[in-house]
Amino acid sequence: MKEFAFHRAASVADLPSGATIIAGGTNLLDLMKLEVMAPEALVDITRLDLDRIEPDGDGLRIGALVRNSDLAAHPTIRRHYPVLSRALLAGASGQLRNMATTGGNLMQRTRCPYFYDRRMPCNKREPGAGCSAIGGVTRNHAILGASEHCIATYPGDMAVALRALDAVVEIDGPSPRRVPLADFHLLPGDTPHVETVLQPGEIITAVILPAPVGGQQRYRKVRDRASYAFALVSVAAIIGMDGGRISHAALAFGGVAHKPWRNPEIEKLLTGQEPSDALFAEAAEILLQPAQGHGENQFKIPLLRRTLNATLRDTTGMEAQA
Amino acid sequence: MQITLHLNGTSHHLDVDPRTTLLDALRHHLGLTGTKKGCDHGQCGACTVLMDGRRINSCLTLACMVEDRDITTIEGLGTPGNLSPLQQQFLDHDGYQCGYCTPGQICSATGMLEEIAAGWPSHASDSLDAPFDLTHAEIAERMSGNLCRCAAYSNIVAAIRQAAQETRHEDAA
Repeated sequence: MKEFAFHRAASVADLPSGATIIAGGTNLLDLMKLEVMAPEALVDITRLDLDRIEPDGDGLRIGALVRNSDLAAHPTIRRHYPVLSRALLAGASGQLRNMATTGGNLMQRTRCPYFYDRRMPCNKREPGAGCSAIGGVTRNHAILGASEHCIATYPGDMAVALRALDAVVEIDGPSPRRVPLADFHLLPGDTPHVETVLQPGEIITAVILPAPVGGQQRYRKVRDRASYAFALVSVAAIIGMDGGRISHAALAFGGVAHKPWRNPEIEKLLTGQEPSDALFAEAAEILLQPAQGHGENQFKIPLLRRTLNATLRDTTGMEAQA
Repeated sequence: MQITLHLNGTSHHLDVDPRTTLLDALRHHLGLTGTKKGCDHGQCGACTVLMDGRRINSCLTLACMVEDRDITTIEGLGTPGNLSPLQQQFLDHDGYQCGYCTPGQICSATGMLEEIAAGWPSHASDSLDAPFDLTHAEIAERMSGNLCRCAAYSNIVAAIRQAAQETRHEDAA
């Protein structure tokens, strides 16, 4: 690990400029040990008063330092935003969830193996160096929204549920602002090293959830192990039913893009319709129309189609497919 | 830099490089080698300790960030003459082969049983709200952050189940 100067922040207004923020450290320290990240200064924010969950209008304000385990177990989250509890519980391990924070989880980096391997070119580590994943081992790579410069995925689960829940990120800095989670993470384009809209000198202070929407909520995650593995694909689903028809649909997808993916066209298609396999196939067709595999990860296209079908059958009350 | 660690009920003053992980501080600065270094990347769980009663990976924690926290290691859970319930059950059920992962398994299981007592659901729980049984699936899911290369898993699960039952009986008594 490279040397760094260590600071402990006394307040949000007191962050030393140029220092990298550390909270749970579960991803950052891992990357620092590998020298994939080598900040010259770290600022520890864990003593700041950002670890509360409190009402925000009809919704909820989740402090940036709320630990993943506390968020998953919070009674209001379990009762009114179960897709978020489920997504958190599907991620990492008990030990990591006890350290990982809400803000840090949004900032976690990709698990593309070439990003981790400093001997291989990577446009995220070294802009302009090239992408080793294209033409390489691509099992965990993107099928949607990728570019010729980067096919890495955003690896997290929590943010996929937050995307389906229309969450908003509260940011403090020179000009405090609130950014919809939909706009917080960026697609790679020709600047894959720029992963979020967070600017130097800014800090995530909270995530805001709007009023609960009810409905059937699921987080379905498909992975290589039964536990403690990143998603190959995942679906966060919130489905409302009224008189045998779908009255509300919010669907977000993980493991398939550089950000939690959502396509309002499929939600529009589903709303007002009676559930059927034909309808779900049409939704998958729209979702996957722009999908592009890169060799090994071609399997994610049919896998996402089937995972979407299974999730929609489950949330609309249809029986599981034989 | 100068730091103070509260460890197993005692305060220790240390002079550490900021890069020092809690794991290295325990093993190299304090000579507490019960906590093991496996992968050093938060994947294997051998380094698990308790911080304010919660299980964490000490390899992914900077020592300078956990001043004022109460750290408990395997040495603080029990002694050869006064084993913790989980330590006793790992012995009784032969919950290991080489033993390298065992301190992490026991610290993790200690934290896990507290999480269960607090009513935290898991990925394996059918409901987020209803009470759950401590089934094999529940224990396996909750302990997935601790690997055992000898694959003593079946005996580890049996040891944890027995310790959980005994703890419940004590609570009821």
